[in-house]
Amino acid sequence: MGRERKRKMAITLTERAAEKIKQLFAQHKLPESAALRVGVKGGGCSGFNYTLDVTDSPAEDDEVFESCGVRIVCDPKSLLYLSGTEIDFDEELLKGGFKFNNPNASRSCGCGASFST
Amino acid sequence: MDETFILGIDLGTTNSLAAWLTQDGPEVIRDAGGGALVPSVVAFSPDGSVTVGAPARAHAVENPLATVYSVKRLMGRGIGDIRGDMTFLPYAVEPADDGTIRVNVQGRRFSPQELSAIILRDVKSRAEAALDRSITQAVITVPAYFDDAQRQATRDAGRIAGLDVKRIVNEPTAAALAYGLDRKEDARIAVYDFGGGTFDVSILSVAGGVFQVLSTNGDTQLGGDDLDRELIDLITSEIREEFGQELSFPPATRQALRAFAEAAKIRLSEFDSATVEVALGKGRTFRRTITRREFEQRAGRWVEHTIEHCRRALADAALQPGDVDEVVMVGGSTRIPLVQKRVGELFGRTPYTAINPDEVVALGAAVQAVILAGTHRDTLLLDVTPLSLGIETLGGAMGKLIMRNTTIPCQAAEDFTTYVDGQTSVDIHVLQGERELAKDCRSLGKFQLRDIPPMPASMPRIHVTFLLDANGILNVSAREQRSGQEASVQITAARGLSKEQVDTMVNESYVHAVEDMTAHRLIDLRNESARILGAIEKALHRAGDVMSDAQRRLLDSAVNTLREKMDGCDDPDELYAAMAAANDAADPLTRAQLDEVIRKTAKGKKLDDF
Repeated sequence: MGRERKRKMAITLTERAAEKIKQLFAQHKLPESAALRVGVKGGGCSGFNYTLDVTDSPAEDDEVFESCGVRIVCDPKSLLYLSGTEIDFDEELLKGGFKFNNPNASRSCGCGASFST
Repeated sequence: MDETFILGIDLGTTNSLAAWLTQDGPEVIRDAGGGALVPSVVAFSPDGSVTVGAPARAHAVENPLATVYSVKRLMGRGIGDIRGDMTFLPYAVEPADDGTIRVNVQGRRFSPQELSAIILRDVKSRAEAALDRSITQAVITVPAYFDDAQRQATRDAGRIAGLDVKRIVNEPTAAALAYGLDRKEDARIAVYDFGGGTFDVSILSVAGGVFQVLSTNGDTQLGGDDLDRELIDLITSEIREEFGQELSFPPATRQALRAFAEAAKIRLSEFDSATVEVALGKGRTFRRTITRREFEQRAGRWVEHTIEHCRRALADAALQPGDVDEVVMVGGSTRIPLVQKRVGELFGRTPYTAINPDEVVALGAAVQAVILAGTHRDTLLLDVTPLSLGIETLGGAMGKLIMRNTTIPCQAAEDFTTYVDGQTSVDIHVLQGERELAKDCRSLGKFQLRDIPPMPASMPRIHVTFLLDANGILNVSAREQRSGQEASVQITAARGLSKEQVDTMVNESYVHAVEDMTAHRLIDLRNESARILGAIEKALHRAGDVMSDAQRRLLDSAVNTLREKMDGCDDPDELYAAMAAANDAADPLTRAQLDEVIRKTAKGKKLDDF
């Protein structure tokens, strides 16, 4: 049980990831209170996939962070695997999208979309 | 749809209007000319006909005694309650036997409810014409300070007008709803409502989408009309100075002056000056340019009254101005720059003025109506799914498609395939829950996709779509993409689920997080290993001769290790490594097969040539 053992560190965004998120929020006319929900979904050979969603208000047990002016919420289960992760955004056409620089990941495939701890 | 349609109505002292919810959000009902406001005025002609709204107000100039306005002030009141109002009302008000009020219009007696019903019926029929549908249900707004009798009278008026009043909503709450402030968590909201005939301020708290009125304050005799009266007084005193003190103003002239003053006031919200021209008969014309500064000097004391009421409301709610998180402006008088400035100064924040202050209450009523009807909630509230939704995948894992706390409505899709050659049907087991294994989740239903044409394992592409609508109805469909075979099921995912059950499931998912995630990964790794082993076997059978002895020995050893690990190893990293090793060792086979495919399609080029 790593939950108590590991110190939970914030999930952060790079400047350009934050810009992209803000742009997406504005594009979809989301309310000021909108936050980025970050999570992991179990399964797959590497153990997880990252999930990104928008949330209006954090759930009771969510951890809430703020990075570059974007609120980030994460449920405790996902945070076990995401503590200290920095989310980046890459404009590149083929491999573009959000990238997860996850210190918990011992192995990461090229696309950064799945990992194992 | 018709039985769930509820019209939102702002039954105002000065104006009334209605709104409904379109796909793009709430919208007010407008007539062909674009007008939304129906003056809350009823006029009775000598021939017995009744007019409502702007024509009735025009009628007031000619026949003030048969024109009834501000009837909202009389709703649910006794004759004793309205002594103060009576001096302002040009029409006759009398007590009924039961102590309630009757309005006497040229000998005909009407209850305030009946008069309000005439206005409501007009609003209703305008909406019916605009939307081309019959309307039988409504939400009607009332001031927060309305007592039970006044609220009941409003309900009765609706009933007389042929409307089933689903709810009486406080005007400040409606205004806050129109701005989506029900989504605020634990906020305090001041709603400053400076209308034509009344002023009130309400301090609300909101938490979990529920509003509470902490305090209200105000002055039912203070409104935009008072500001008009300032201008009327200015004009009449100057007219008398110019044309003689003995000059009297018949009712028609007074009504006309009222209209001029109001127009000047409205203009002064946008421009620095407004010119008034009054024809006094016998060739006499009064002309006067009024500056905004002049107006503000005269209006200022009324505005300060409203600020004083705000302070009292804050005191009653035991709050400091800085404790208020949001300020919402309602009522036409809040367009006055001086009002916005003073309210902003008091609360130390810029008030919300984005929504037309004459329409914001009706728009909020429409929002409330839709919440009551339970339709299109998605456009109002970002609701979330309390537990994840997915399907059972091979080996008994829970493959989540929609994650817990996802905003609804939402849609997710994933492709699955068969794992046995020639498989012609698949079972889709729909699950709900946070755990990673199917046995620890809640079964929502099962269905079968049949008549898949026989194909080798992994060939069919079964596209599974989850569609969770705003009302929590889950549609799961599965479609085999090659054959077009399709099956689906609809489930009310939220039904029969208590908060305790949700909390228990979520807590257990935290307690078992690591073991669950490991178990899920192991299942998927074993499936993938089995698939790889099967593929290697087939490839060896077909193209085993492309491998050197050394390559073959390496592959055999990797395959054996993987077989062992599949059954005996519970460390996913070890299994993953064995799987990767087998995959790598099979590389010559994979390349040979790819070369073969390419040879067939690209005329003999080697993979390396590309």
